[in-house]
Amino acid sequence: MLSQIEGSKAVAKTVAACRPEVICAYPISPQTHIVEELSRIVKNGELTGCEYVNVESEFAAMSVAIGASATGARAYTATASQGLLYMVEAIYNASGMRLPIVMTVANRAIGAPINIWNDHTDTMSQRDSGWIQLYAEDNQEAADLHVQAFRIAEELSVPVMVCMDGFVLTHAVERVDVPEEADVARFLPPFVPRQLLDPDQPITMGAMVGPEAFTEVRYLAHQSQLDAVDVIERVSAEFASVFGRHTGGLVRGYRLEGAGTVVIALGSVLGTLKDAVDAEREQGHAVGVLGITSFRPFPYDAVRAALAGVAQVVMVERAFAVGVGGIVAQDVRTAVEGTGTRVHTVVAGLGGRPITQASLRGVLAEAYAGELGRLTFLDLDRAVVAAELAREHAAEAPRAAARTAVRSPDAADTVPAGGAVPVR
Amino acid sequence: MDKPFAITLDVGSSLANHTGAWRVERPVYRDFLPPCNKACPAGENIQRWLYDAEDGSYEQAWRTLMEDNPLPAVMGRVCYHPCQTACNRGQVDEAVGINAVERFLGDEAIRQGWTVPVTAAATGKHVLVVGAGPTGLSAAYHLRRLGHAVTIRDAADKPGGMMRYGIPAYRLPRETVDAEIDRILDMGVRMELGAEVRNIRPDLASGRYDAVLMAIGAQLGKRAWVPAGEAARILEAVDVLHDVEEGDAPQLGRRVVVYGGGNTAIDTARTAKRLGAEEAIIVYRRTRDRMPAHDSEVIEALEEGITMKWLSTISYADAGTLTIERMELDETGFPRGTGEFEDLAADSLVLALGQEADLSLVEGVEGLEIVDGVVAVDERMMTGHPGLFAGGDMVPSERTVTVGIGHGKRAARHIDAYLRSTLYQPGAKAPDAELGALNTWYYADAPHQVRPRLEGPRRTGTFDEVVQGLSAETALFEARRCMSCGNCFGCDNCFGVCPDNAVIKLGDGRYAIDYDYCKGCGICVEECPSGAIEMVPEMP
Amino acid sequence: MAATPVKFYQVGSFAVGNRLLESGQLSVQSDPGRTNALTSGHRACQGCGEALGARYALDAAMAVTGGRVITVNATGCLEVFSTPYPETSWRVPWLHSLFGNAPAVATGVQAALRAKGSDVRVVAQGGDGGTVDIGFACLSGMFERNDDVLYICYDNGGYMNTGVQRSGATPPAARTSTTQAVGEHPGNVFGQGKDAPRIAMAHEIPYVATATVADLADFEAKVAKAMTFRGARYLHVMVPCPLGWGSASSHTVRIARLAAESGLFPVFEAEHGEVTHVRRIRRQVPVEEYLRLQRRYAHLFSPVRDDVTIARLQAAADRNIARYGLLEDTAVAELSYGEPVVTGAAPTLDFPVPARDHHVPSTSAGPGLDLHERPDPLIGRPPLPGPTPGDQETI
Repeated sequence: MLSQIEGSKAVAKTVAACRPEVICAYPISPQTHIVEELSRIVKNGELTGCEYVNVESEFAAMSVAIGASATGARAYTATASQGLLYMVEAIYNASGMRLPIVMTVANRAIGAPINIWNDHTDTMSQRDSGWIQLYAEDNQEAADLHVQAFRIAEELSVPVMVCMDGFVLTHAVERVDVPEEADVARFLPPFVPRQLLDPDQPITMGAMVGPEAFTEVRYLAHQSQLDAVDVIERVSAEFASVFGRHTGGLVRGYRLEGAGTVVIALGSVLGTLKDAVDAEREQGHAVGVLGITSFRPFPYDAVRAALAGVAQVVMVERAFAVGVGGIVAQDVRTAVEGTGTRVHTVVAGLGGRPITQASLRGVLAEAYAGELGRLTFLDLDRAVVAAELAREHAAEAPRAAARTAVRSPDAADTVPAGGAVPVR
Repeated sequence: MDKPFAITLDVGSSLANHTGAWRVERPVYRDFLPPCNKACPAGENIQRWLYDAEDGSYEQAWRTLMEDNPLPAVMGRVCYHPCQTACNRGQVDEAVGINAVERFLGDEAIRQGWTVPVTAAATGKHVLVVGAGPTGLSAAYHLRRLGHAVTIRDAADKPGGMMRYGIPAYRLPRETVDAEIDRILDMGVRMELGAEVRNIRPDLASGRYDAVLMAIGAQLGKRAWVPAGEAARILEAVDVLHDVEEGDAPQLGRRVVVYGGGNTAIDTARTAKRLGAEEAIIVYRRTRDRMPAHDSEVIEALEEGITMKWLSTISYADAGTLTIERMELDETGFPRGTGEFEDLAADSLVLALGQEADLSLVEGVEGLEIVDGVVAVDERMMTGHPGLFAGGDMVPSERTVTVGIGHGKRAARHIDAYLRSTLYQPGAKAPDAELGALNTWYYADAPHQVRPRLEGPRRTGTFDEVVQGLSAETALFEARRCMSCGNCFGCDNCFGVCPDNAVIKLGDGRYAIDYDYCKGCGICVEECPSGAIEMVPEMP
Repeated sequence: MAATPVKFYQVGSFAVGNRLLESGQLSVQSDPGRTNALTSGHRACQGCGEALGARYALDAAMAVTGGRVITVNATGCLEVFSTPYPETSWRVPWLHSLFGNAPAVATGVQAALRAKGSDVRVVAQGGDGGTVDIGFACLSGMFERNDDVLYICYDNGGYMNTGVQRSGATPPAARTSTTQAVGEHPGNVFGQGKDAPRIAMAHEIPYVATATVADLADFEAKVAKAMTFRGARYLHVMVPCPLGWGSASSHTVRIARLAAESGLFPVFEAEHGEVTHVRRIRRQVPVEEYLRLQRRYAHLFSPVRDDVTIARLQAAADRNIARYGLLEDTAVAELSYGEPVVTGAAPTLDFPVPARDHHVPSTSAGPGLDLHERPDPLIGRPPLPGPTPGDQETI
């Protein structure tokens, strides 16, 4: 049913339509509206056969989901940012035990400094957790991805994170066709767990595995992610046949025809990018956009195919590996390995900073000119940074001298040739 | 179920891991020798028959008891129960009333008419037993069970020996004695009464008997010289007790003094009271704690108004008066005179200073030796004359009914071996069940059941039995107080406390260790209430 | 649940069973058909109290629910020694997730069961580290929500799985590998303690109880009783650890018994925040009897005897005795199945005072076994310096 609805509510209604049996949550901005709405839906009886558990922490939230899923219940939770990190131990545990839990992450920066606004640092930190990660471009996709997520998770027995940009999507009121329960029922069969705790068929779940089998267990987890590539694509197609719209899948190209330069991104920034590309195309630049919906598993083949013949890629990322650079860019480079396609990383929108068309188009101009570096921080206030670095340098000098003084009298022979003591 | 590899496992699969390989010591179930069994002169397997009685299997308990002792109803009354003195429970709260349970079983057998069948094939051998006292009856019983023909010959008109003629009826009712003797006779024992054997040689020479056991007891009062006037009335305790039994009670007068400190002295004083004496006084040269009489007897006597004169000897007896010398104990505990004298009015003086055996029947027996007034026997209870055995009070022994019954059993086994031209080899004795090996914490605080007794003043006018029996319920209670020292009694503790489920419950109160899994931690040993499990080192 | 008087005097109900008991009076552990929830082949140390406690608890829970139990296990010794691939010792549905989340996982299991309308019950279990330290937030949350979970803490007073480090349940003065017996105050500090059962009671959950592996009838009755309640329930069980405590493997049950009989470990039950039953001390012993069997307290006796610390530990026991009335006859009625009932004519004899326990340690060579002199419990303790006013030490 089409409605003007807040993203969080749309997601909550969609989750309810998937008829989860256990919902557990601990509130954290900007996830709160999702779990508030679900709480209301369960409490007023709109969703029956479901237990809503208010827990005392995200760690407990994921743990409750683990227990519920292991007992054969369709389990759902939602979190963001610090909350995601607080449940990390349990996140790895859920995937390690192959429990098909679905979790919404309302993407938000990680402190310190504490910051409640959107970027992707939280979910990127969990890229190797063994969960499937699907990123929503808009609220329609955010809603639809949850329906697909339960299908994918339960088919593969692998947990799925649906990542939607905090505030940008969660708090945005847009027109969304919220999946109806009846339609969902046609698409999403009841949960048949691969394994469950059952007194009639007792099993031991969560055994300790030593060196003799640990590698194999991990390899099998890897294989399940490889298998997921096809499943995600297929589920997206089946979803389209039931609901009449294409959402989800692995990647989605926009104006890629003849593009020499392609901008790649995940999540809601794709909308802005498409507008920018439209403007650039009008200016005659052969530029397109590639949105990555499935970051885990990473669709190497789909990305490589989409970038065939492309000279350069501008990878816009809302997170980065400190001291290294782009995170998604590394995977894109692997995908285009040997094709000659250059990959530039542009780190943008950290901690909720707006990514403007103007800034993006400035970056593209540099790219056309062959002036774009390997790593760029969009709209970085270099004056502030330079001033701070200078101040720090000045403050460091006396401390460095003090360290030298302490060490030199008896340790002169340890001073390297040239006489300078390295300052760390 | 589609279980993920390695991280989800099939239940109970650790049975493949045989942790028994860790073990350096192994627990082993043992049957140790409980102190009661060890102390029993009749060699009863007390722990075992208490075990049988614990679940109310009284007949089974009685049959176990009867393996060793054919007179449980008698023993349950007159045995001085060294088993109870030895009982480990005595150090925890109070000894188990073994004697009372034994009596209950004996009485129950009489009530129910249980009998012992003779199942052994007849051997064709014939044994003569001289004396129908406890030793002779016990021997006859065991010999019959072994298939031998037995003839008992006794001088008295009725069988029982001292059980009838020495122990007063208020301690041992005659119908009990009769019932238990009849049961033995019913097994085919031939009994010749009023047939005194003046000398054994004709029987030995007759060829009618393949072996002879003499068990004539010690029936003569020990002669002690007491200076006395001609009119003094002095009697022997054994004679008094015998005559009372014969219905020919002697005139003792109003004040009776009994001289001696043993059980016979007590029996005599209490009998005197029952015969009408207003006062019965026991004169003993030492103190109460040195009296050979059993404490329970002394207590019962005091309850009945018997008075005791400790540290006193009789230096002169005259008509109506005794002269008493006060004694004192020297540093070794030996009494010596003080030179202080007093008079004590007495109508009669009964001497209870011990008994002697009349050994005239062995005069001239070749090879037989008499040492210190008793017949010498070897460890087989055989005299120096081949085929002639002796037991009971006429051989060196502690003269009690129980010892006599034990002698009878022992003699029977050796006579049987002698008749088969073999040697009887008793099985090796198990090591002692030490209290220290028990875990007494587990035993409930169960007080000893006291047998109801007739009130003191009521009982002096009658020969009715003083000590009553236990009811079935209290007997059960008492049996269950047994800690089963050193022997499994089926408490399931080992089965329960093993952290490795390595104890197998076989049922019927039996268990086995599963050495595939037992790690040798020793908890079962530590927590076995009865100390019936032992750790032994594993051999490499 | 009606308590059945045991008309049996040999060992009352103190032993695991008896061939003479009727079926209704038998403990679960005496039944050859018991679940053996934790079966043979597990890799626990010799004499492991936790292995024993876990089987006692789960077998009892299985018995009372007709086998309708799912268990959740925190990381720890119990989990590690029972489930090394490819073998598991569990015979019940069992889930291990993490060290600190067992109560929450149990909540999840329970929520799933409730959503499905299932009658299956949930028992969660963990060691003291997983319970009173790393899992405490989840435990408190589960209590606060009153989720229908029985949580059992097997308390061996330390992180034994990782090599005997201190936990929040390590008693004062005990040496662990992170509170070593060195320095001016050897062993663990005298803190305020972390009395998990009382903290559980403060949540006013339906049922809280303590137990030891030394009194099976009491332990099983508590598990059974716990299963009669709906809502959050907590059972705190003392399980000696031969490895961590430096005790003989054969002494596991004995030490648990001494912990209770000395008063150091009060055994009681509480409902909705109020103590309802106290297991009275049967044969009181000074704490020294308990301490001496364990090498973790060896520094209290050698090279010089530390009377002050021993007195402080005794004071802690005395405080428990006073607080719970562990020596009082009338404070709270004894469970009738805990004592023998006389059926015959009332004996007139005065109850004799039980003589000292003559039991000597078995020959089993566990760690740290030495035949030691033990004080006679009947002889009054020498007067010990009492706690200074305001002392709050607990154990």
